[in-house]
Amino acid sequence: MATPAPIRWDQQIQQRLARGEEAALGELYDQFSPMVHGLANRVLDSQSAAEQITREVFGHVWEHPGDFDPAQGSMRSWISTLTHRRAVERLRRTSGLPADGAGAGAPPESAGLEEEVLAAATAARVQYIVTSLPHALRETLTLTYFRGRTYQQAARELGIPEATAKHRMRLGLQLLATALATEQHR
Amino acid sequence: MTAPVAAPLPPAEHEAVRGLLGAWALDACPADESALLERHLADCGPCAAEAARLRDAAGWLSADEPLDPAPELRSQVLESCLVRRAPLLRVPDWAAPYSAETAKLDALLRDLGPSEWLERAEAPWHGGTEYWRPAEVLCHLTAVDGFVGTAYGLADPVGGLPDVPAGTPWAAVTARTAWLIDAHGGRAPEAVRALWREQTRALVHTVSLAGPAGGEVPVDYGDFRIPAQDALVDRAFECWIHADDVARAVDYPYEPPSAPHLRQMIDLAARTLPAVLGGRPGAGGEGPPRVLRLVIEGPAAGEWLIPLDAPELPGDPDPVASLVVDGLEFCCLAAAHRDPDRMPVGQDGDAAAVRELLRAAPLLSRP
Repeated sequence: MATPAPIRWDQQIQQRLARGEEAALGELYDQFSPMVHGLANRVLDSQSAAEQITREVFGHVWEHPGDFDPAQGSMRSWISTLTHRRAVERLRRTSGLPADGAGAGAPPESAGLEEEVLAAATAARVQYIVTSLPHALRETLTLTYFRGRTYQQAARELGIPEATAKHRMRLGLQLLATALATEQHR
Repeated sequence: MTAPVAAPLPPAEHEAVRGLLGAWALDACPADESALLERHLADCGPCAAEAARLRDAAGWLSADEPLDPAPELRSQVLESCLVRRAPLLRVPDWAAPYSAETAKLDALLRDLGPSEWLERAEAPWHGGTEYWRPAEVLCHLTAVDGFVGTAYGLADPVGGLPDVPAGTPWAAVTARTAWLIDAHGGRAPEAVRALWREQTRALVHTVSLAGPAGGEVPVDYGDFRIPAQDALVDRAFECWIHADDVARAVDYPYEPPSAPHLRQMIDLAARTLPAVLGGRPGAGGEGPPRVLRLVIEGPAAGEWLIPLDAPELPGDPDPVASLVVDGLEFCCLAAAHRDPDRMPVGQDGDAAAVRELLRAAPLLSRP
């Protein structure tokens, strides 16, 4: 990949953004806009909404580069968190999905969703790891992450207790984190 | 944080809060529970560490979409950012097309599959046609971009200067391209892409640092010298044309430059035309030096006066003819990607003068 060593790159780009270097903003956009736009578009299913989120996310990073804390994770992770939060907030605001779970959610996702999610993966490594998660975990992760459900709503739609939904989310991410860490240290 | 340090939670409550970590990392907690957990994270190292780990893992659920954002979104997003916070170090206007075009080509390359990297792109210029694989196109772009890079003191990607035969047009371009194709053409495409991309980024970074006066730095192409502010517009132009060659070879759509960038490219071509027209005996014979009015239509619309018989415009230009042509078509002609005798153009006045200019324009192209 035309991607420089991540940690060093993260810190350099942060410093250059902090110095107000327009060229660094361009590099940041080129590196992460497919992820930001793709994630927002997947959650919101709207090009124009995805473009608006993309403007907001890069605007935020450009205005507040100091908010990125390398000790908390990678630049990619920070930007994907900013994107996901905004996209989910907007989805809950516009779709009438209540923020804390009373009321009926949309029908469960079509069987094709997971395949779509996986087809979107460009990194075969990540794709492999996500595919190899047990089905119940994967289903719960994708329903919440891409459909903006709270864990209570997800529990209702999947017909499982809330405690089970929470447990699956934590366990699924733990497995994913462990697999990613193993891969990255190879 | 000014909140008082909380007493450690009783074990049962601690487990309940910990149980929210996965849902929180997926943004799937109601607001009050998120707030509760985030207060706890400020005081509990192990939970904070797990939170960061799970948050990072959640980020990997969103792999890049194969459908890239529209190219014009880039300038819209960057502009809206620069309104929110003024940059201290600008990308000079004359480097903006290069920054945008290299990003657009890189996005195309990101989508190429292994078999597409094996296709050969047809890259015509006025002296012939090159048949290059995408990685070889990148070697060529890297070789010529290197003229600008070395002018600013960047390391030359061409190691060990190749012998340049004297008197051959474009000898330096050809020799440097051949050297890079020989050295890197057989490497993994991603490695060649990284080589090219690193230099493009370093260039945009460096010309930003050089400041407004940096545009005057002379860039030596071997056959001629032009100021960097023209050279980078030229590099953007060639990047677009060759990217389009690659896109045609793999049957992908490819967007032309934005209107302001296209206008900069047309302006450079219009200013350079007298050099390729120069010295040709004018059809006007001994009459006063002739001038042609070039009218560009389309998003980059504008007008230029082109002296046909001299490097400079006469003091009181009186055009002998007008040529009306679409901006994109004009660029393709200047890149020798169109037949000058079959161009859809509008004209008025001296037909010979119009033909002269149309036939000269492809001479702006090079290998």
